[in-house]
Amino acid sequence: MSATTPPRERPRQAAGPATEAQHQPTAKSRHSQRWLAWIFLAPTILGMGLFTLIPIVASVVLAFFRWDIISAPTFVGFDNFSEVVQDPTVRVSFLNTIAFVVVAVALQLGLALALAIMVQEKMPAWLRVFFRSAFFFPLILSAASVSIFMRYLFNEQFGVVNWFLSLVGIPAVPWLTTPGGSAAVVILVYVWQNFGFSFLLFIGGLASISVETYEAASIDGATGWRKHLHVTLPLLSPTTLVASVMAIISALQVFDQPYVLTRGGPGDSTRTAVMVIFESAFQRLEFGQASAVGVLLTLIIMAITAAQFRLSKRFVFYQ
Amino acid sequence: MTTTTDHGLAGHSPRLSEGLPETSPNRRRFSWAFAIRIMLLLLAAALTLGPVMWTLSTSLRSPSESFKLPPSFIPWNPDFTSYGEVFQQLNIFLLVLNSALVTGLIAVGQMISAALAGYAFAHLKFRGRGALFSIVLATMMVPVQVTIVPVFMLIRGMGLSDTLLALILPAIPTAFGTFLMRQYFMGLPAELAEAAAIDGASPWRTFRSVYAPLAIPGMAIVGILAFNFHWNEFFRPLILTISEQNFTLPLGLVSLQGNLGTGSISVVLAGVVLSMIPALVVFMFGQRALQDGLTAGTGK
Repeated sequence: MSATTPPRERPRQAAGPATEAQHQPTAKSRHSQRWLAWIFLAPTILGMGLFTLIPIVASVVLAFFRWDIISAPTFVGFDNFSEVVQDPTVRVSFLNTIAFVVVAVALQLGLALALAIMVQEKMPAWLRVFFRSAFFFPLILSAASVSIFMRYLFNEQFGVVNWFLSLVGIPAVPWLTTPGGSAAVVILVYVWQNFGFSFLLFIGGLASISVETYEAASIDGATGWRKHLHVTLPLLSPTTLVASVMAIISALQVFDQPYVLTRGGPGDSTRTAVMVIFESAFQRLEFGQASAVGVLLTLIIMAITAAQFRLSKRFVFYQ
Repeated sequence: MTTTTDHGLAGHSPRLSEGLPETSPNRRRFSWAFAIRIMLLLLAAALTLGPVMWTLSTSLRSPSESFKLPPSFIPWNPDFTSYGEVFQQLNIFLLVLNSALVTGLIAVGQMISAALAGYAFAHLKFRGRGALFSIVLATMMVPVQVTIVPVFMLIRGMGLSDTLLALILPAIPTAFGTFLMRQYFMGLPAELAEAAAIDGASPWRTFRSVYAPLAIPGMAIVGILAFNFHWNEFFRPLILTISEQNFTLPLGLVSLQGNLGTGSISVVLAGVVLSMIPALVVFMFGQRALQDGLTAGTGK
């Protein structure tokens, strides 16, 4: 059953035809149900209207104005969008964000899938519990705190990462002072903290593949990697689709890690789309431009979500 | 979200510990494949837990030793100087109080509002129910970073600039929590409502005495998720609070790192470790709930 279609007649259906006549809801009961529903919905609906729906509309409207809070807003048409598209910093930030999403999501999903398959194979139960908890653990930490200690770990002179590399004869890597190094650190720190989420999704997907399927595959002579290639991966495709879309959407919004680790530097090398929203709104007071960037980001996210729906109809193999 | 089944969250999701079945009928005592697999998993676990162990262990070194190599991963001789120092450098009590107040009130607010709205969507009949629920779900697609500018203006207009309420109020209405509670209530048998109706109970009494008591586990999941998310939140507090007396923990720690430089990393790390304690408690007692909640609605 789809989550978006509530089963309207469910209580009556469940009652069965024999008892249906007795429990026809009276007009009075329907009336009081409606009242109660609106009272129950009031906090959520009013709150969402005020803090989500109105801001969405306002954000779109604001994208067509120039406004610095101090003087009155002036209508500028598509100027904000054309400025944003031509601004080299904004451009670089969007390109950075896209490159970040591609690399980080690929790493995150690959790692999560490999680990999930390895964890679900035969092993003592306590060991499986340990691995699952360990991989889940970084998810519960704050991205800001993680970035604080990771900045020390990746320090060029006294950082632990370079110390380990020196043990195998690799000279000190200038992690946080070069564009490439900074980008690598932001990606690694992000993936370190987030792969556990995709891992959980894959574990759930693997658990839903039936035992019989594997038995049939092993009777047919499939073993080891071939079994995973021909049985696990196709049957896991719904999970893979959901996991990729969720990972992409969350990676598109990356902010905490680059803000704390690098402040977007050196230069603009690790500046992301959301950092541009933050800086143009709250440091340069260009609220219209910030909104324009926000609208562009939302359009990208909506396009990806729409693509998920189409893809899931076409390519995904459902058991 | 497209393939969600309508059973409840708690107790119904398949326990994952069974794992995959053995595929080879003849058991061998030792296999290289098994050994390599476990070694790889142990390596991954070490890389995952190592940085956290280093943080804990280094926070328990004296500030002057904190950046000495080789690094330490196990605190053999704990030294608590840095923990004293972090209380000197940072008004930790106030930060914890702010974080606890903000997070606690958001969690309680979400639990109540989501339970009520979720119940209305699951069991009460009214016109426009499907359309309204679709709108609620659609708001989940819009990231908080996009609405933050108008929310900032709105908060200013309400005279709530630079207050804790500016962090709390906008976070209480929750689309995900409402979705979760709706799924939860739909997982409870509808026969309960029919039995109550036969007994002549009003819709309010049906909720109050039949469904509300059964909703506690679902509400706990919503509360734990909200607590974990907002305790760690950085972006909104960075924008919506201005003076240090309204900072939450992550904000205070990031500014401490900026102020202290690299001289006394153990002090900063002591702050980081202190800020992790609530998350650790949640991890130890609510891991299952967190995992079920985080992956709810993904077609698991």
